[in-house]
Amino acid sequence: MKTNGSKTNGSKTNGSIKANGSIKANGSIKANGSISNSKAVCLPRCPTGIQGLDEITRGGLPRGRPTLVCGSAGCGKTLLAAEFLVRGAVQFDEPGVFMAFEETEVELKANVASLGFDLEGLVRRKKIVLDYVHIERGEVQESGEYDLEGLFVRLNHAIDSIGAKRVVLDTLEALFASLSNEAILRSELRRLFRWLKDKGVTAVITAERGRDQLTRHGLEEYVSDCVILLDHRVNEQIATRNLRVVKYRGALHGTNEFPFLIGNEGISVLPITSLGLNHKISVERIATGIPRLDAMLGGRGFFRGSSILLTGTPGTGKTIVAANFAQAACRRGERTLFFSFEESPNQIIRNMHSIGLRLDPLVKRGLLRFHAARPSLYGLEMHLATMFKEIAEFQPQVVIIDPITSLMDAGTDTECRGMVTRLVDYLKAGQVTTLFTSLTQGGHALQQSEAAMSSLMDSWLLLQDVEGNGERNRVLYVLKARGMAHSNQVREFLISDRGIDLMDAYIGASGVLTGSARAAQGALEKAAVLASHQEAARRKRELERKRTAIERQISALRSDYESEAVELRRIDEQVGTQTRLLTTERAASGILRQADAKVAAGAPGKPRQRRGN
Amino acid sequence: MKTKTVSRRATASHRRPDKLWQLRLYVSGQTALSVTALSNLKKVCESHLKGLYHIKVIDLVEQPQLAKGDQILAIPTVVRKMPKPVRTVIGNLSDTDRMLAGLDVRLV
Repeated sequence: MKTNGSKTNGSKTNGSIKANGSIKANGSIKANGSISNSKAVCLPRCPTGIQGLDEITRGGLPRGRPTLVCGSAGCGKTLLAAEFLVRGAVQFDEPGVFMAFEETEVELKANVASLGFDLEGLVRRKKIVLDYVHIERGEVQESGEYDLEGLFVRLNHAIDSIGAKRVVLDTLEALFASLSNEAILRSELRRLFRWLKDKGVTAVITAERGRDQLTRHGLEEYVSDCVILLDHRVNEQIATRNLRVVKYRGALHGTNEFPFLIGNEGISVLPITSLGLNHKISVERIATGIPRLDAMLGGRGFFRGSSILLTGTPGTGKTIVAANFAQAACRRGERTLFFSFEESPNQIIRNMHSIGLRLDPLVKRGLLRFHAARPSLYGLEMHLATMFKEIAEFQPQVVIIDPITSLMDAGTDTECRGMVTRLVDYLKAGQVTTLFTSLTQGGHALQQSEAAMSSLMDSWLLLQDVEGNGERNRVLYVLKARGMAHSNQVREFLISDRGIDLMDAYIGASGVLTGSARAAQGALEKAAVLASHQEAARRKRELERKRTAIERQISALRSDYESEAVELRRIDEQVGTQTRLLTTERAASGILRQADAKVAAGAPGKPRQRRGN
Repeated sequence: MKTKTVSRRATASHRRPDKLWQLRLYVSGQTALSVTALSNLKKVCESHLKGLYHIKVIDLVEQPQLAKGDQILAIPTVVRKMPKPVRTVIGNLSDTDRMLAGLDVRLV
């Protein structure tokens, strides 16, 4: 898409005469081989090396052409120009000429030395030539016609003496103040810019901002390839510098106004990261440090690299949740950076100790780092830059910003939203999990007021005070958690000297029950359970009794039955004995009577027969 | 154009040498402006400072490094090095009154 865009753009300008020049310039640059990403139709760029500016202009300033940098006094024109030159000399091996019309060489060296640029050394090593052009109107009398050949000669001499590729003319408009013949001046300036192009140097020309045009003397008329506008605005006592690429002929560029700042390493234009939404994402989940909270978030916590918003009214325990998260991260061996905008690091450590959270060993082991600053210390952009710097330096996996809202006091709403967006973008690009705490005032409006920021966040936890029953209790909700199943329930949030505990909150007719009401409800439920237990035991006992009664009956019956059986057996035996007795008695009486010999002989005769066999 | 010295001092030998006017004319090649400027300068000097002046013509095409010293921006430029203070006039010196004012030449 990117190449597509630049191609169409290139072909658009191809037809014009200027484009021919660009192609010619392209060829010469190619021969130098100093730029890598130049395509056949794309304008060759000259990287500035200034943080962020190359991203906005997609590679730098137009190579071999003059660029106009305009802005009102004190907005950093000279510095931008100087940095362009210094970075060119140091990073890209392109020597440069700085022609100053306002500051002397000594002043200039001193001014940029505060940004860590060693202009003196570069001059000594013949990487940069400084030329201070001084002309006072009162000291010079004009008599008849003249031209500015002297300027050309000096510039040419300076360029040739070190083989300069870059030229800065710092406030060329000073000439308008010193020379009265404007007609000559204008024609000479036009000639100058043409000459610079022919010379093939990339030039930066600074100019004062005019009232209703870009520059006071209409220089934009002559420098039409690239115009950068700097601006220094004060809004609610907070000053912000802004940079905008007004014009960049024949090339795509970011057209927005970008805040920039002058730090101790020069200018950095924000955003530092790209403007696209194409972060790498992770499916890894990381624990929050509060097991019950993990359980609410689908059992496994947040996604790595996601941004989490923790909103809460004052005193709901935002910092505690944040500290728990930090501790959990450190225990996994991840570096954690804690930006604190309200408490000092020692105070946080002490306070967390009171709930059994020891942070100082983690600090000592270098896993946890605090960065504390008052929000009012400097402007929003400066905060952002410091944060970026800290993050780049410490390379944390987890970042905590406590609270983001106090930082928002340092700027207007739009600026803050922009800042948070850039911060989220930057951190997401680095797969850094970020927890923002946000302080809100009580009431329902909080969800609305945070709406703008919350849409940037992947997860949103809400801590709230629930008032009732003569007490305030904390509850926690998960308002949103992108990409994971999460609990819809309210949990009561208890802070004890052993840390955080989440309890199920009772939901009754009068709403959520927390604190003592929850305890009372718990007691009621316990009583009910006890009663039902007792009832069950009573019934059990009764049944038991019944059962034993029946059992007793059964055993009585059984004994009856058994005694009858005994009786029956006895009767049987009695009958048997009687019969036997009767038989033997009859036999005996028969023998006595000798009644039947046959029977008698027959009976003992049988054993005899058997014996005979 | 070579750097050359135009000196007219023979007729004013009675004046003290520190009263001598030292003038430098910066030019850039043999352009129309340069030629006009030199002839105008000579003319005025002859009429006002006869025998009291010394003109040094510096061609920046040959000696570009000299441009920085006298803060030369416009061409042609006349710099009055002596007497002090240094005074500068730019242009082809076609406006004689302005040139005289610029160089602070009082009628002798």
